[in-house]
Amino acid sequence: MTRAALSALLSHWRGNPLQLVMLLAGLALATALWSGVQALNAEARSAYSTAEGLLSEGGAARLEHPSGQIDQAEFARLRRAGWQVSPVIEGRAALGTGRVTVLGIDPLSAEASVGAALAASDLEGFFNGLGFAHPQTLAEIGPTDQPLRATPAVPVGTVLVDLATAETLLGTGGHITRLNLSLAQPDGLQPLETLVPDLRLIAPEDGVELSGLTDSFHLNLTAFGLLAFAVGLFIVHSAVGLAFEQRRAMFRTLRALGLPLRSLTACLAGEMVLFALISGTVGLGIGYLLASALLPNVALTLRGLYGAPVPGSLQFDPLWALAGLGMTLAGTALAGAQALWRLWHMPILAPAQPRAWAHASGRTMRLQAGVALALACLAAVLALTGTGLVAGFTLLAATLLAAALAVPLVLAAVLAGAARISRTPVAQWFWADSRQNLPRLSLALMALMLALSANIGVGTMVASFRATFIDWLDLRLVAEVNVLPRSPSEAEALHAFLTPRADAILPMQRIDATLGGQPGQIYAMKDHSTFRDNWPLIDPVANVWDRLAAGEGVLVNEQLYRRAGLAPGTSMLELPNIGPLPVLGAYPDYGNPLAQAVVSLDRFAAAYPETPIRQFAIRTEDTPGLMAALQDDFGLPSVQITDQAQAKELSLTIFERTFLITRALNVLTLSVAALALFAALVTLSGMRLAQLAPLWALGLTTRHLAALELGRALALGLMTMVLALPVGLLLAQVLLSVINVQAFGWRLPMQVFPADWARLGLWASLAVLAAAAIPALRLWRRGAAQLLQVFAHER
Amino acid sequence: MTALTLQEICKSFDTAEGKVAVLKSVSLRLEMGQSLALTGESGSGKSTLLHIAAGLEHPDSGRVMVGADDMTAMGDSGRARLRRGQVGLIFQQFNLIPSLNVAANLGFQARLAGVHDAAFVTELAARLGLDALMRRYPEQLSGGQQQRVAIGRCLAARPALVLADEPTGNLDEATGDQVLDLMLRLTAEAGAALLLVTHSERLAARCDTRAHLRAGQIAAAQ
Repeated sequence: MTRAALSALLSHWRGNPLQLVMLLAGLALATALWSGVQALNAEARSAYSTAEGLLSEGGAARLEHPSGQIDQAEFARLRRAGWQVSPVIEGRAALGTGRVTVLGIDPLSAEASVGAALAASDLEGFFNGLGFAHPQTLAEIGPTDQPLRATPAVPVGTVLVDLATAETLLGTGGHITRLNLSLAQPDGLQPLETLVPDLRLIAPEDGVELSGLTDSFHLNLTAFGLLAFAVGLFIVHSAVGLAFEQRRAMFRTLRALGLPLRSLTACLAGEMVLFALISGTVGLGIGYLLASALLPNVALTLRGLYGAPVPGSLQFDPLWALAGLGMTLAGTALAGAQALWRLWHMPILAPAQPRAWAHASGRTMRLQAGVALALACLAAVLALTGTGLVAGFTLLAATLLAAALAVPLVLAAVLAGAARISRTPVAQWFWADSRQNLPRLSLALMALMLALSANIGVGTMVASFRATFIDWLDLRLVAEVNVLPRSPSEAEALHAFLTPRADAILPMQRIDATLGGQPGQIYAMKDHSTFRDNWPLIDPVANVWDRLAAGEGVLVNEQLYRRAGLAPGTSMLELPNIGPLPVLGAYPDYGNPLAQAVVSLDRFAAAYPETPIRQFAIRTEDTPGLMAALQDDFGLPSVQITDQAQAKELSLTIFERTFLITRALNVLTLSVAALALFAALVTLSGMRLAQLAPLWALGLTTRHLAALELGRALALGLMTMVLALPVGLLLAQVLLSVINVQAFGWRLPMQVFPADWARLGLWASLAVLAAAAIPALRLWRRGAAQLLQVFAHER
Repeated sequence: MTALTLQEICKSFDTAEGKVAVLKSVSLRLEMGQSLALTGESGSGKSTLLHIAAGLEHPDSGRVMVGADDMTAMGDSGRARLRRGQVGLIFQQFNLIPSLNVAANLGFQARLAGVHDAAFVTELAARLGLDALMRRYPEQLSGGQQQRVAIGRCLAARPALVLADEPTGNLDEATGDQVLDLMLRLTAEAGAALLLVTHSERLAARCDTRAHLRAGQIAAAQ
């Protein structure tokens, strides 16, 4: 019995193959976009885990010196006192044709870590200079003098070597970068404070963890994946609902023939599960390909933005596939729940004809208006009282959904108004008919609204950011040349070499520190017009530069300023070895995930002596001459010299890559919405023949009718675009003033770009016209024959 | 004056069994003010003939003249223009425009043809008993009321030729009789020609002349 019923139900799809294709495509695309994003996130998180697990099984504390260098003698003192510590040397070095992070370890003391296990695989070779690197790193840097073995256990961009090799590669002069403390220590040890008072104990939770830093980036991706998934589900909901309406007569017949309601519902649910499994599998395949295509850019972004070592190739994870299929099944259940509920409550003698949706939708419209209003209220409450990233994204979701739900209501009112003021009979019919068919198109229009407003919102945010970022880069990167010394002795020699040749030499020194409870860095700043004249400041106190130069306070970056709620002039910031200092102002610091504080050169030197100079920013009027002199006369390799143009280019490249995936997901979401509209229009075109046939019989040509159908789709699309504009701008405002502040710590002024809206409007119109073209063309070309069938079928 | 001339109309359709001739050289003439009932069994070709007369379908051969206009020589636009201005169609399923109310439906074809006369539409509505229903939508009307609106829509455009395809087929006998009475009376008053397709001998008997279609040919005419 069940098999016969299932066969009858499935026969519907044989007669409506396009509808089936749309249903499967909607589900597959929704799965693809969601699972693609999840694959990217999982790959990146797995890479962070590899990086963090290289040295420790997790949970180990470490000892560091403010200068970033620990003397060998201190290591020896700790070992003699019985402390179980393992030395690490870390730094950046040129290797082959690229730059890598060199990580030197002592495998004998670094017990139970991934690094130690690797070294133990060939201990003799390791002590003789053999290093380990990710296959991608080896491919990127090419052949080197350093013997390297490929292993995926080392993060991309890092080379694992023993201490002696690291010292040679980095030229550290016998200094250690940090000491890792073993979890298990013998009892009765002399306290660290008395044994090594210069060293700071850093608990694991104070460390800069990649997973924590990159959370906001991944949350952004997840939010977009979810948006695309939701847009895809609109297609599914629409297709399932339509198939339900079209099969009302069949349901009645099957039940009249003795099929129990329970079996009928089970058959329909089974049909949905079957479709979910088929399209979920296809979607996973597309999602994998999509993630593979996007991963190289995401990896570059994460490396550029956070220094996170993410490989550019994707691994297949069965758990990811299972989770993706689970999401597809859950989404299908959500999209099909209404149809199943209606079937469960449908009387056996319910009208067999598809109900006039407009007629039935009065109650739905009222319900929809209520939900939209409730969501708008939730958004308003969150905007006024919400804190945190989750509240920010909930605000975004509530705003978007409220706007999407309101679309049919607003359009219905506009169309009714247009019908009232129309003069000609065709125009009057056009608007009245558009309004009548609105319920059938409303899901697709809601999906379009979501996609368009997300496009406008994200587009405005990115464009505002770009405009601010470029201005900011011009002000920040004023030094003509930057030089990276490899060692303190080279820094000293460089300073002597540059003094007669440069207009100004601005050394850059920094130490890692916890600032306001956040991982961060303290920088030294030389008092110079370069900073006084160019650095944009937020909320500065009077005479800020004089006070900073006199060591009377500290400047903080915007991230720290906002996250710690600092108020220049009244707040104090606790700095290690210095104590509390008044906050004098904040400065924008886009793209930096860490907290940052700037003190005067003298303050820094007194608190953190022996801190190496990591970089010189050099002012000169003869950039090419100075760069040539550095290479030819001083003998500095070109990889250690960057000019302003290169630095700007690099920063802009990182910026563009950061938003490349956002833009890609934006375009995909708009494409899914166009597909939803296409699906709705194609299905509607078959049902509309009976509505169009009388007009044709009364003297309108099929060409005229086709043009009107095209015009209707375009009019509805453009109206949706107009409605999406204020919603998109509201989203941009939320992204700029709530999400960015919560996720990255900076607030940006919103700028509007009407030319971008015009471009998006053009693309949306083209997408709508493309979606409406096939049904309209079909009506024009084969319309007369099909329309005549309407009259022939009357008997 | 002749309202409709059909000369040697032939029409065949491709089917699974091959080409089937539905109309085999059918000729008819209908004068202004005259009513003609076209009867025949199901599948005899009477609806196809009506569709050809309305310009909805193209004959394989033969000539269709509406008044002095040769419809067979016209393109799609020309036939559409002729339908708008000179032909009124009444269907079994009423085919009202569901998104427009009764008032808008009544005046629709007349406005389309540019001959809308508000006073005439109001008078028609009153005579059809629709004056209290003007703001209602088709789905809110009974079958008989809907067919009265369809007749009103057709006659409001003052067509020279009214083509009705089983106009009472969806109505009960009493309502059907009322509707037919109205249609015959109003058509006659307007001086229009009426071609009524029906399978009911009883209804056909009320027209001025009759033609019976059998196997694609006029079997009898009186």
